Amino acid sequence: MSTIHKEESMVMQKTMIADHFEQLARAQQEGRKVVYTFVPGNLTELILAFDLLPVHPEINALQSGMRKISGDYIREAERLGHSEDVCTYVKCDVGMLMKGNLGPTGRPLPPPDLLLLSYTGCFTFMKWFEILRSHYDCPVIMIQVPYQGDGRITPEMTDYVSEQLRKELVPALEKLSGKRLDEERLRALLQRSRVAEENLVWALESAKRRPSPIDAYFGGVYYIGPIFTAFRGTQACVDYYALLRREIEARLEAGQGPLTPDGLLAEEKYRVVVEGPPNWTSFREFWKMFYDEGAVVVASSYTKVGGTYDRGFRHDPARPFASLAEYCLGCYTNLNLPDRVQMLTDYVRDYAADGFLINSIKSCNSFSAGQLLILREVERRTGKPGGFIESDLVDPRYFSGANIKNRLESYFQMIDLKRQEQYS
Amino acid sequence: MPEHIVRRCEELISDFSFDYVRRWKAADPTRRVMGFLPIYVPRPLLHAAGMLPVGIMGGGSQVEIIKGDAYFQSYICHLPRSFVELAMDGKFADFDGFLFPSICDVIRNLSGMWKLLFPGLYAKYFDLPQNFDPELGGKFYRQELAKLLADCEVLTGRKVANADLLESIRLYNLNYQAITQLDYRRRREPWCYPASEAYAVVRAGMIMDVSEHTDLVHTYMNAVDAAERPFHDGSRVVVSGAFCEQPPLDLIRTLELAGCLIVADDFLLGSRWHTTALPERGDGLDILTEAYLRRSTYSSSRYDPLCEKRDHLALQVAESKADGVIFCAPSFCDPSLLDLPLLQAAMDERGIPSAHFKYAENTGQFQAIREQAGTFADSLMLWSER
Repeated sequence: MSTIHKEESMVMQKTMIADHFEQLARAQQEGRKVVYTFVPGNLTELILAFDLLPVHPEINALQSGMRKISGDYIREAERLGHSEDVCTYVKCDVGMLMKGNLGPTGRPLPPPDLLLLSYTGCFTFMKWFEILRSHYDCPVIMIQVPYQGDGRITPEMTDYVSEQLRKELVPALEKLSGKRLDEERLRALLQRSRVAEENLVWALESAKRRPSPIDAYFGGVYYIGPIFTAFRGTQACVDYYALLRREIEARLEAGQGPLTPDGLLAEEKYRVVVEGPPNWTSFREFWKMFYDEGAVVVASSYTKVGGTYDRGFRHDPARPFASLAEYCLGCYTNLNLPDRVQMLTDYVRDYAADGFLINSIKSCNSFSAGQLLILREVERRTGKPGGFIESDLVDPRYFSGANIKNRLESYFQMIDLKRQEQYS
Repeated sequence: MPEHIVRRCEELISDFSFDYVRRWKAADPTRRVMGFLPIYVPRPLLHAAGMLPVGIMGGGSQVEIIKGDAYFQSYICHLPRSFVELAMDGKFADFDGFLFPSICDVIRNLSGMWKLLFPGLYAKYFDLPQNFDPELGGKFYRQELAKLLADCEVLTGRKVANADLLESIRLYNLNYQAITQLDYRRRREPWCYPASEAYAVVRAGMIMDVSEHTDLVHTYMNAVDAAERPFHDGSRVVVSGAFCEQPPLDLIRTLELAGCLIVADDFLLGSRWHTTALPERGDGLDILTEAYLRRSTYSSSRYDPLCEKRDHLALQVAESKADGVIFCAPSFCDPSLLDLPLLQAAMDERGIPSAHFKYAENTGQFQAIREQAGTFADSLMLWSER
């Protein structure tokens, strides 16, 4: 068996996640309260300000996918009457719940004391918690985040979200935790978020260099881990991004490419931008299809589902609620299609990409509906070749390795042809 | 004869050249047409601005999809394909804009596709509240309504007075009363008012001027009264799950031929969105806001804060004296299909028999559905305690 190469930051992240799941496993016995919530539009600083523990069901689902157990969970949900057509994150979560709610460490996850439904950019989240609500006897707080239909955040939208946070969420968290909101503590958390966000953006933008020292999609999912989940606002999160930055700086100085599971990428042949989430059930196999060809993803939209920090957003301790509201409103899938097209077009140009690739996810309408038009528009605006592959989040039945590999190889050949045309 | 009226309605709803719309608009150069996608938009507001609200519920089985398929992967529902097909074929030439209500991710993204495909045409993603506190969701929604009204005033060049809005609310109340009466008669004598006929009559209201449609519903009911249709038995069922992409008319007829008397359904839910008539005095925007928060029916696209959706369906079964429920959802419809296990379990708990199947608006083969529905109807007849 070959050795899998890992950086110090990856090991640190693994420890942070393991510690978090350990805390969750002990939560009931230690009397700690648990809030189930989602990644896009997460309100981690508020949850942590009350010493509550967040659980992200979609992270559990993707972890199950990576551990190759999501297929069983999905079949269990379908056996209970869930349609083969719908979101596999939901079915994976329902199946996991039915089979004992075991977390990635193999120990049972605590049931939620609160379902915090902050649904940014995905209607299925709303249905998901309606399903979970029928299994758990706990309150639900729903925060409606308006969609950026006209491509902008209006003051009315920000007020609407902030007021829901102040008038509905904070009282619910106070009741759950038995504590009053300490605004100074919240501001301190937001300040730490801001520091971490600066370093995350620096890391993502390092891909503008040639060769890129990072893979901003496969590697990117590791880089966004702490800030998108339970750790935003913590010192551990700040330390993680400082460490990540030092690692990338070292590679930049050495003129090295990104670290892959098989070691440093020797030669960067293709620079691509990717739209859509990755497949989790065959994550490593999928990544290998890229690095075996010398392809590096220099920018991706998936790494913006939990915040579009590279477009300038930072949490602002001076305006905690408005800032949290703007964060929720600005997540990638809450952008309208023209904005998504523009963002991807900018990525192709700003990161000097050779092309643009969509991994279309069968069970994610939020991402997938409209992607064929996105493909045409980005191709038209950039003149770079676009590619299109299909897979799923965590349903192994929808990952056809040979088919995807064929398509990717043809796609990279297309880039070669384009280059030849350019130079002839 | 009612059959003549129904035939007229069927012709109207399957006319994708929108001849009615063209003629309506040509009668007065200041008139404007606003299309909308399922499920609900505040039609009185559009009407008050001098617009004809036209609900585009998909292309059904009549529209051959060639261009539409090029815009959507195989795992996206059918409605947006026929919508794009109609648009690319220039069928919406007389429309001045479109509203895309916030009901699911597909319709939401379709609003952006529209902006990219037809940049010169008015297109608005119309955000509906999921928070039902008047001070929160209500305040936000009223602002949305005011913005929509302002946009309509720009499109029509006509300032809308509160009195105009109240008058439009009054006209839609009359329409609501007519449709409610038709639904009541359907529950009482479903053999006289088959769901397939009622569907065509109600759907005509998605295109016609509201007052003309109200008259049409009354004319149809009077014609049925005069026709003295004979009694025939069947299994009384509620059909649930088809609130957005509509089943083909032949599918509804297939259920009837299989022995089902459809006594209630959620087809064309936007036509029955409000559960009561609306107040006709006060501030028009306040009335529409309050109506959405407090007088709206249940839907898979609307958050259900008090978990009442299951009870609502059971109540619908009881009130319509139905023997069972047919869950009939469009393929790849996340909201409907994610509700399905919860609603099915709720029916099981209450001892209400149910069956389910999926369809697409262009489904053309009904044999399997007929057999399934026929078996279900037979089992209800045999085992029901009615």
